Amino acid sequence: MSIEARNLIFSYGGTDVLKDLSFSAEAGELVAVLGPNGVGKSTLFGCLLGFLRPRTGEVLAEGKPIRGMSPRELASLIAYIPQYAPQTFNYTVLDLVTMGMTNQIPLFSSPKPEHRQKAMAALESLGIAHLADRGSGSISGGERQLALLARALVQDARVLIMDEPTANLDYGNSFRVMQRVQELGAGGYTVIFSTHEPNQAFRYATRVLALLDGGVLADGPPDTALTEELLRRLYGVGVAVCSAEVEGESFRLSIPYEKGGKPK
Amino acid sequence: MMKERKEKGLPHYGRRFLFLGLGFILVFLGSFLLGRYAVSMSTTLRILSSWLLEKLSFGALDMAGSWTELEEAVVLNIRLPRILCAALVGAALSAAGASYQGMFRNPMVSPDLMGASTGAGFGASLAILLGMSYFGIMVTAFCFGLGAVLLAWLVSRFSRLNATLALVLAGVMISSLFSACTSFVKLVADTQEQLPAITYWLMGSLSSVKGKDTAFAAIPILLGLIPLLLLRWRMNLLTVSEAEARSMGLNTGRLRLAVILCATLVTAASVAVSGMIGWVGLVIPHFCRMLFGYDYRRLVPASILMGGAFLMLVDDIARVITTSELPLGILTSFVGAPVFLYLIVQGGAEREH
Repeated sequence: MSIEARNLIFSYGGTDVLKDLSFSAEAGELVAVLGPNGVGKSTLFGCLLGFLRPRTGEVLAEGKPIRGMSPRELASLIAYIPQYAPQTFNYTVLDLVTMGMTNQIPLFSSPKPEHRQKAMAALESLGIAHLADRGSGSISGGERQLALLARALVQDARVLIMDEPTANLDYGNSFRVMQRVQELGAGGYTVIFSTHEPNQAFRYATRVLALLDGGVLADGPPDTALTEELLRRLYGVGVAVCSAEVEGESFRLSIPYEKGGKPK
Repeated sequence: MMKERKEKGLPHYGRRFLFLGLGFILVFLGSFLLGRYAVSMSTTLRILSSWLLEKLSFGALDMAGSWTELEEAVVLNIRLPRILCAALVGAALSAAGASYQGMFRNPMVSPDLMGASTGAGFGASLAILLGMSYFGIMVTAFCFGLGAVLLAWLVSRFSRLNATLALVLAGVMISSLFSACTSFVKLVADTQEQLPAITYWLMGSLSSVKGKDTAFAAIPILLGLIPLLLLRWRMNLLTVSEAEARSMGLNTGRLRLAVILCATLVTAASVAVSGMIGWVGLVIPHFCRMLFGYDYRRLVPASILMGGAFLMLVDDIARVITTSELPLGILTSFVGAPVFLYLIVQGGAEREH
């Protein structure tokens, strides 16, 4: 089990945000975390990454409880890829990726040529080696997201936690980023990502974790777990799920609608 | 192909560092030539090297010189302390500025943000009001500068806000509290002697710096600059969000505390010895980013060299331009701001293609 959450209870000032939440994920799984705004996705991620300490319950990475681990030790097990956000300082892409090796570079020391080579290799594996010398503030949102992904890869952690990886990205960039994420899952990483778009779960995830009221409403492969009924309960709107076939491959899609709710 | 470009990129910075270092040495030596009493370059060099040799050999080597006692006194007792002090203060302020800017993820931050300068300013005003000696003023200013930041940091520890935000808000509040206190001291001060002294001190000057003062300021400044130099690559991590930095294995709280401590130490010591010299800590790091990029590995040493050279240069102008010396705080803005405005326009044009 590469990551496991056991009976997490977390509360902010008396209100329980996570109520006895448990789940686990294995290597090679791509878990999409779905749920309405404010359901506790960020809180769950905070607990998984050790930023937040659950009131009860525990998180295990590679079978070991993360409580009490040093930041350095935790960083070698779990990596975090934040949402796309504009940057104040325009580091080059290579410098940005090299920062991911903080857990491998001693406190008073600077990156050595072998660290730069490793960063270059990560960039090459994601197909963005040509961006190494560019400023990370002057590349596209999709390219920056891939650079952050490269930064997570050089950290050598096998669990990747992605907070809405395609937020603020356009249609094409979303697809390109998610394709790479899918490849990483196929390559043996455990990827947990949050999304507001059920179609992304259908399209890329091997598993869906649907959260509602601080608990797990559904946990399973997207095709069986994401029913019309479940999506309606999650988001409070009518949803139709249908299938489409493209070049012999079948895709499932969800479409929100309201009965008789056509604009007048 | 990629690697070739990388390797070509490095000596490029190396050459810039070479120029910056040479510039620093030239300004340092050139500063000895200025002043009412003329001492030639060769005499200055001989006096300096014999002094250095004597110091290094703990007095065993005492070279008899072909220079007058007056020349030696001018070079060693008047010019050397002042020039060294200018270099130290400039280096300290710009390194502290660069550190604060990264930590608060805001390039418009100056070392004054956390209250080190206003605290020191109040300490100095109070000391002048109480009629202390120059050395006493310096020590009081230094203690108040440190105290102000400590207070801001303690307040932020008890806050439930995000760590950085709490620190900024607490710093701004403590800072405005101390500047109000300074205003109060000015109000009650004797208008014949104390008030002008306070006002002049607050504008910044190195004109009354002696060897003892430079030595006193050098200790905290070096104690602060050395850890900043050692931690310089890690400081890059403070410019990304708290969550990201922690997920990459950084103990953010500890690093932030270390950087605040060092930056505050050097700021308080600089303000204590030289008064309030604005502008250096805000803008020298910008120049350095334009020339050396954003990586703190280069930014910290570049800021130290450029800040030191800049303040020596400005102090030279202060010494030469009028018989009654102009305060440094005024000059730094007069010299620096137009150059910076020009660079904003130029830099903007470069980024277009």
